[in-house]
Amino acid sequence: MRTVWIIARREFRRYFTSPVGYLVLFLYLFILGLIVNNSLQQAYAFSVFQGAPPPGADIVIGPMLTLLVFSIPALTMRLLAEEQASGTLELLLTAPVRDWELVVGKWLGAFLFVVVLLALTLIYPLALHLLTEPGLDWGPVISGYLGLLLVSAALLALGVAVSALFRSQVAAFVVTLALFLFLWMISSLASAGSPSEGVLRYLDFGHHFYTSFFRGVIDLQGVVYYLSVTAFGLFVGTVIIESRRWRG
Amino acid sequence: MIKARGLTKYYGRRLAIDHLTFEAHKGEIVGFLGPNGAGKTTTMRILTGYMPPSDGDAWVAGYHVVDESLEVRRRVGYLPENVALYDDMTVWDYLRFMGQLRQVPDLDERIAEVLERVNLLERSESFIGSLSRGMRQRVGLAQAILHRPEVLILDEPTMGLDPAQRVEVRDLIREIGQEHTVMLSTHILSEAQELCDRVLIINEGRILAEDTPEELELRLRGAQRVRLQVSGPASAAELQARLAALPGVLQVQAADAQHLEVELAPDAGRDLRPVLARAVLDAGYDLHEMCTVSLSLEDIFLQLIREEGASDQEAAAAEPSATTEAASSHPASEADEEA
Repeated sequence: MRTVWIIARREFRRYFTSPVGYLVLFLYLFILGLIVNNSLQQAYAFSVFQGAPPPGADIVIGPMLTLLVFSIPALTMRLLAEEQASGTLELLLTAPVRDWELVVGKWLGAFLFVVVLLALTLIYPLALHLLTEPGLDWGPVISGYLGLLLVSAALLALGVAVSALFRSQVAAFVVTLALFLFLWMISSLASAGSPSEGVLRYLDFGHHFYTSFFRGVIDLQGVVYYLSVTAFGLFVGTVIIESRRWRG
Repeated sequence: MIKARGLTKYYGRRLAIDHLTFEAHKGEIVGFLGPNGAGKTTTMRILTGYMPPSDGDAWVAGYHVVDESLEVRRRVGYLPENVALYDDMTVWDYLRFMGQLRQVPDLDERIAEVLERVNLLERSESFIGSLSRGMRQRVGLAQAILHRPEVLILDEPTMGLDPAQRVEVRDLIREIGQEHTVMLSTHILSEAQELCDRVLIINEGRILAEDTPEELELRLRGAQRVRLQVSGPASAAELQARLAALPGVLQVQAADAQHLEVELAPDAGRDLRPVLARAVLDAGYDLHEMCTVSLSLEDIFLQLIREEGASDQEAAAAEPSATTEAASSHPASEADEEA
């Protein structure tokens, strides 16, 4: 675990010494701010003219998942692809580092960065709390953020695995994004009532989020789903790195 | 310290190394000498635990490179061929990172010590990306010796360096070699001769020869050639026969009407060049030039392959890239160092 932590810490710091980290932070917060601002204006109009209740945390948490789907590929693309392209992987793999420690360390570093990113977005629920009367219901905020952390863990693990496959960061980015979009849309492939609908819906990572965490429910099935996707991604990433050794 | 038995590696169908068997003992500097693509890097990558062999076994510091890979990696310091480093880290941070991974005790003191040794202490806060090629090489070396490894494996440690840097790095390796077992690869003959206690000559994945540098040099001397430029009354063919009859002369070839190449026996016991000169003049010819043709690394390979492939006379004629050097006893020219 010590090795995992050393690798994670370095990876985490690198997000703050490279433009990618700042760019993702800036764009994420900026776009989220625009969306929240827009929703607030609409909600204000509704409540003034139609007596609708004040907006809840959903106007913040709703778009956050979408933004993560587009941000995470940018965070994971270089993790292993860059090491392979520059050749630095050779020194890591000849140090006393197990393949899984490397993969998990890379994932953990990126996960810590997403934790920071998500923590920064807490300004929006806080602002909402101060702007509305009688304030925010914090239940959905807590379950929503927990859900976002779980989704991030799973998506980052898939991103690390894809990054292990490529030497080109651009290729890693494109393939990761395509994979995310596929998993996001997968349940819409099923026609209603068909036997495959249940399976496809289970595989859909958005489905687990929007039907439970987003609504203030912590659903065990969802937790299991995200944790197993995380474990799967990390496992596949490790296998890919291992196979690199055999292929030379 | 290093033991390899029948080490074989295939990349797909391509055979990269073919049943290599060799050893390196404690405190020894062993050189892997061979042209690019001979299998040097592949062998080193197997020894460092980077990848497993397709067949055969190897032990480093008593541990098996596949079954006890982690133990091997703890005890090996490795400088890969292209010295890939993290350009966005400072020298100090990079060494801290590698040192932490290797659990080096008293890390900060050790980093200072190692940087002092590779003469980079004043650049410790520089970003690696801003360093010159020679400095990067020294950072790579610092990283390799940081954890006081029992075995040091250096892949082309002087490649891409200017002559001054090369001397510097060689001095450093010699110094390190007093305490550690060092295995280094090179395609520069003089470097192998200068640094190594023992040299393995490798080509197309096979070991062609294993010698001390002295013996290797002897072998080279044995192939000493002298090139003559003459002009005279008759064709050079007549002179050719006369020179061939001299004691100590093995073979005389006429390159063209004016040039002859004479191969001298290694154990003649004296310098035969004055004898040659006199013979040319006595025959009524004028001697315009006489120079030693030193053997380049390629020639040695050709020679070794020839020896291996038995009596292939054709190969003797195909001696294209011999570099000429004004009569000098230095067996290898510096000119063939860099491609």
